[in-house]
Amino acid sequence: MFQLIKMAYRNLNRNRRRSILSALAVSLGLALLLFIAAILQGEIQGSLQTSIQLESGHLQVRAASYVEEKSSLKWDNLVANPDQLVAQIKTIPEVKVATPRLFASAILNSGNHSTGVQLIGIDPLSEANAPYTQSLVAGKYLTPDDQSGIYIGQPLADKLNVKVGDSVDLEANTSNGDVVDQAFTIRGLYLTHTPTIDQSVIFMPLAKAQAITQTQNHASAIVILLKNQDEAQSVAAAIKGSGYQVLTWQKMNEVILTTEQLANGYMILIYLIVLAVTATVIVNTLIMAVFERTREIGILAAIGMKSRRIMALFLVEAGLLAVAGITVGLVLGWLICLYFGKFGFYIGNIGATGFLLGDRIYAVLTAHDTVELTIVALVVTLVASLYPAIIAARLEPVEALHGN
Amino acid sequence: MEVAKVENVTRTYKVGEVETQALRGITLSFQSGDFATLTGPSGSGKTTLLQLLGCLDQPTSGQVFINGREVTHLNRDQRAELRKETLGFVFQFFALIPTLTAYENIEMPLLLNRQNASARKERVMQLLKSVDLLDHAHHRPDQLSGGQQQRVAVARALASNPSLILADEPTANLDTENGRQVMDIMQKLNKETGVTFVFATHDPRVIKYAQRVITLRDGLLVENNGTEKKS
Repeated sequence: MFQLIKMAYRNLNRNRRRSILSALAVSLGLALLLFIAAILQGEIQGSLQTSIQLESGHLQVRAASYVEEKSSLKWDNLVANPDQLVAQIKTIPEVKVATPRLFASAILNSGNHSTGVQLIGIDPLSEANAPYTQSLVAGKYLTPDDQSGIYIGQPLADKLNVKVGDSVDLEANTSNGDVVDQAFTIRGLYLTHTPTIDQSVIFMPLAKAQAITQTQNHASAIVILLKNQDEAQSVAAAIKGSGYQVLTWQKMNEVILTTEQLANGYMILIYLIVLAVTATVIVNTLIMAVFERTREIGILAAIGMKSRRIMALFLVEAGLLAVAGITVGLVLGWLICLYFGKFGFYIGNIGATGFLLGDRIYAVLTAHDTVELTIVALVVTLVASLYPAIIAARLEPVEALHGN
Repeated sequence: MEVAKVENVTRTYKVGEVETQALRGITLSFQSGDFATLTGPSGSGKTTLLQLLGCLDQPTSGQVFINGREVTHLNRDQRAELRKETLGFVFQFFALIPTLTAYENIEMPLLLNRQNASARKERVMQLLKSVDLLDHAHHRPDQLSGGQQQRVAVARALASNPSLILADEPTANLDTENGRQVMDIMQKLNKETGVTFVFATHDPRVIKYAQRVITLRDGLLVENNGTEKKS
């Protein structure tokens, strides 16, 4: 075997430039695939974590009759005495945070500008709001007893042409189907870099939200964050009671998870397309080598080298090209992913329904993707090189000795 | 002892619709220690007969025997195995592997025969000495003259202690002096080791070395002069 490797290495060295270019094709192919996989992973995982942190939490407890799309404020569709339920939920050891929230549709008006928003009533002191408090860019955050302040996204403020301290007019639905109209002062501006949120979600203290929507002592949902998101199912089972529905983060982010599965399917197609291109380069190189070295193959056969050993010689050459290409490709791909993992790249607002995308995508290269792509690249290269190796092994010694 | 025998062999090549009979029924045998030439004009069938004896090709009809074993219908791998263990080749075009040194080229048949490293080294050094190339052991073919390359090829052919060495026009690409050196070495090795040499050639300088001259014309045996060694 050592002799085969030595011969294969020397054979590759005969036309060094061609060998380097062939290995480079594998490198670029693998680096590209690592980058694509890392971007996809970054996008999916980023979207999922953004959704969990900014919107869904790990679990939500809602009234059994609550329909999310309708943002219903009827008392029958809401959780009554939410503080009592929160206190019970907090006794579960796996629960990190539990907080009531009220969701309502509203319209925000300022001067000639007007826009539809989602109003969320929150307990300003809850840890669950950390992503928003940490995103404060101007003014200040809310206090629980604030009766006239709201906390809105900076892009929304820009759209309405308002700033901290300005007054805006809020029209909100109420539990009995009426619309109330009240002036509020902008206390602070946040910027989560998630355009869907920043442009359309406004916050006020829960008590005030309940007051204007006439949903006293009711909440749309109890939002729960867990110490470990993998325990969502078991905690959901522990909470489940009559009259409630408990939704896990998987259920609330089905679109993202389904997209991930679909994306993984498409990735296999992309793997195969990119690797087919690189494998073609390797096959081409080896076929040229077979034609150039036909007479040598005849000599080896004449002195007794069997077909399978001749085949092995070419497979080892392909293997060396693949190993060299993969090594460089891993380093190159890792460096690219490192850069885009740190700085990301700006995508702006391309949020789709069911997706909460930040305005930047960061590459996340996982060990699983790295190992999987490395193995796939190696296997595809070796399988592709079977063809030239078989051509070499099937050459008739007499014809090969004459260079035919 | 009979090393090789062909019985009534024919070989027909078909190129498109045209059939060419390279051998038209030849019966011949070679004994251990023979130093024989196959001669005749171009197209007489010398190389074809050599290829059949070397199990590089198979006859259209007739039988080929190597060391008493019929090898006519062996499959590809069985023929490779037989060549590896029993036969050595020297070709007109030197036929060395260009990426390997003289030492490694000679070592190759020993590697294929899975000899251990120390036995290989001893054998290669012995062969390099016998072809007077000890100083060139680590030279690659492109660093050797034609004559030196052909001597390496002779050493490689002898490496596995074959019963029969087949040489196709071994001096055709060499000048007189190098041709003489190569033939002297092969004659010396024939005498020292008793290995059978069969040459295909029409070079009178080679023919004069032979104990036995077999002349072919148009695929037929026309003359079989000299002594078949008896053992």
